[in-house]
Amino acid sequence: MRTSSNARCASAGSKKTRPTLIAFVLVLGAAVSAQSPTYHLGRTPTPDEIKAWDIAISPDGHELPPGHGTAKEGRDLFIEKGCSQCHGRNGEGGRAPTLIVMKGMSTAPGRPMPGMDMGIQGPGLMAVSAPFATTMWDYINRGMPLGREGSLKPDEVYALTAFLLFRNEVIKSEDEVLDDVAEAEDAEPEWIHRTSRVEARDAAAPRLSLTLFLKP
Amino acid sequence: MDRKKPSRRKFLASGAVVAGAAAGALKPANAQTPAPAAAPMAGTAAAKKDIKELIAYGERSRFVTSLREPSEGRPSPDAFGLTFHVVTPLGESAGSITPSSLHYVAAHRGFYVPDIDPAKHQLMIHGMVDRPLIFTVDEVKQFPSVTRVHFLECIGNRSNARRNTVAQTHGMTSCSEWTGVLVSTLLREAGVQKDASWIVSEGDEEVKGASSIPLGKAMDDCLVAWAQNGEPVRPQQGFPLRLIVPGFEGIYQTKYLRRIKVVDRYYMTYNDYGHLQKDPKVIALTSQIGPKSVITFPGGGHQLRKPGYYEISGLAWSGAGAVKKVDVSTDGGKTWKVAELRTPAYRMAHTRFALPWTWDGKECDIMSRCTDELGTVQPTRAQVAKFWNEPLTPQFNVKGADNTIQVWKIRADGSVHNANFL
Repeated sequence: MRTSSNARCASAGSKKTRPTLIAFVLVLGAAVSAQSPTYHLGRTPTPDEIKAWDIAISPDGHELPPGHGTAKEGRDLFIEKGCSQCHGRNGEGGRAPTLIVMKGMSTAPGRPMPGMDMGIQGPGLMAVSAPFATTMWDYINRGMPLGREGSLKPDEVYALTAFLLFRNEVIKSEDEVLDDVAEAEDAEPEWIHRTSRVEARDAAAPRLSLTLFLKP
Repeated sequence: MDRKKPSRRKFLASGAVVAGAAAGALKPANAQTPAPAAAPMAGTAAAKKDIKELIAYGERSRFVTSLREPSEGRPSPDAFGLTFHVVTPLGESAGSITPSSLHYVAAHRGFYVPDIDPAKHQLMIHGMVDRPLIFTVDEVKQFPSVTRVHFLECIGNRSNARRNTVAQTHGMTSCSEWTGVLVSTLLREAGVQKDASWIVSEGDEEVKGASSIPLGKAMDDCLVAWAQNGEPVRPQQGFPLRLIVPGFEGIYQTKYLRRIKVVDRYYMTYNDYGHLQKDPKVIALTSQIGPKSVITFPGGGHQLRKPGYYEISGLAWSGAGAVKKVDVSTDGGKTWKVAELRTPAYRMAHTRFALPWTWDGKECDIMSRCTDELGTVQPTRAQVAKFWNEPLTPQFNVKGADNTIQVWKIRADGSVHNANFL
């Protein structure tokens, strides 16, 4: 996904990295060799069926439907679509999770956030923990609005995503256009999953079990 | 369904007494039994109806009162009516299998349980495969099946100072015998392409909840379960199909499974967002549940009537494999005895342990410690605090999944309390 000014909308605060994913497959040794059908069960889905179901949005955005939107449009939609009724007029102060990183808000673990019920803490909050355009687009598209999930049109999802990215100072202008042109390097978390099993040895103590997820 | 309603209502009414008493207060071990309902007269309509129920679907005794209850840390439902966390009554558990009706539930989208007609439900496998496929539920059941015992556990399952019963401290884990088809069987049928490295699993509920799972894990031991404890998977557990990702935190165990997409990267999708942009050291302590155990009797809220013989009993499990050994201490961790394993130690499954014990009537601290097949040992809170170089205070928050040792304090009056935060 990109914006009209080519601002790096997707990975707030992260360096431009294109980590190579080293997946569990290498470690667990589940070799995927040549496979041919054995049981001949099921049927081949039609391309339309696949397209209709294929709603998980990759970090490179290739599943994104055509469309575009700006934060300014999103600001109006945030009211029109009822988002503000639960999340607050400006994305904070409502009964539903706060959607913006507010000034002075602690993002340290263990600190309950305003507008959140006990137990859901700072880093679990989407705007803080996952300010990635494709993740937000995916979440809004499949999960919102409550009770009318799946009812938003692509342009509306682009605009609402742009609005939240703007409110969280990931994109800088209300007029920047967020669209479906994929830029793979834009959206990756800073770390990658890796499966080295590390045991932190403490001379006298039992070992702690760690499944480590590291930066490349 | 209709014919079951009256009895369920009756049952809930009697259970409400216990649930109400438990909320915010200690739940005594021998909770008062509800007043017996008047028996229906022989030959009456009520009696005939009861006989029909006796034939069709068995129920437990009305004197048995153990019930799920809302998790204290997250009121269910919460003020917004969305968060729904209910815990298994581990304090009254036996063996290693959790009755399906008492399996914990953790959901962030309220009570929503999709009413899925299995005749209409489909599972699609697509993405980086040679042959995209769609299966009906019947076709999924046609594949060679496996039956495996696995625990599920919510990442939020942790002891804290407000939680004083084993249901509250550890009740968001449950264990079932799951029957289904291995994901590897389905993926081989579709033909996984060589650059694939992850799958995205997706449910059919309102938000189509989705998670990224490493392909290696999927090919190793994941299964698409259609049965739980000998009957179809329950709606609250994902009817008609649930993905089981053994040993991984609950959020990966995709309910109402409708789609598996084979991909070549971590997808950062719906359920993944909580795992993004955290401290890598914390991330390292999530996803897979560490070796863990808890004494379920005597546990917080129980009441020992008098000194004498008791069997200390509990559950041990690990996300990394089978339980190899459980040690129990009755002197605050100074000395340990090896407990007996009373159920088979299946991989990624609750294993019941027990230790014969005579209580001398003095105050004591009891605890258990699990060692899994990799030799990894369940840590104490003190060890974890030391690992993070943080002071061990009652406020110290174990990062990632909390698999620390649970200490129960038995007072001279026989009452049992959570001693982790004293």
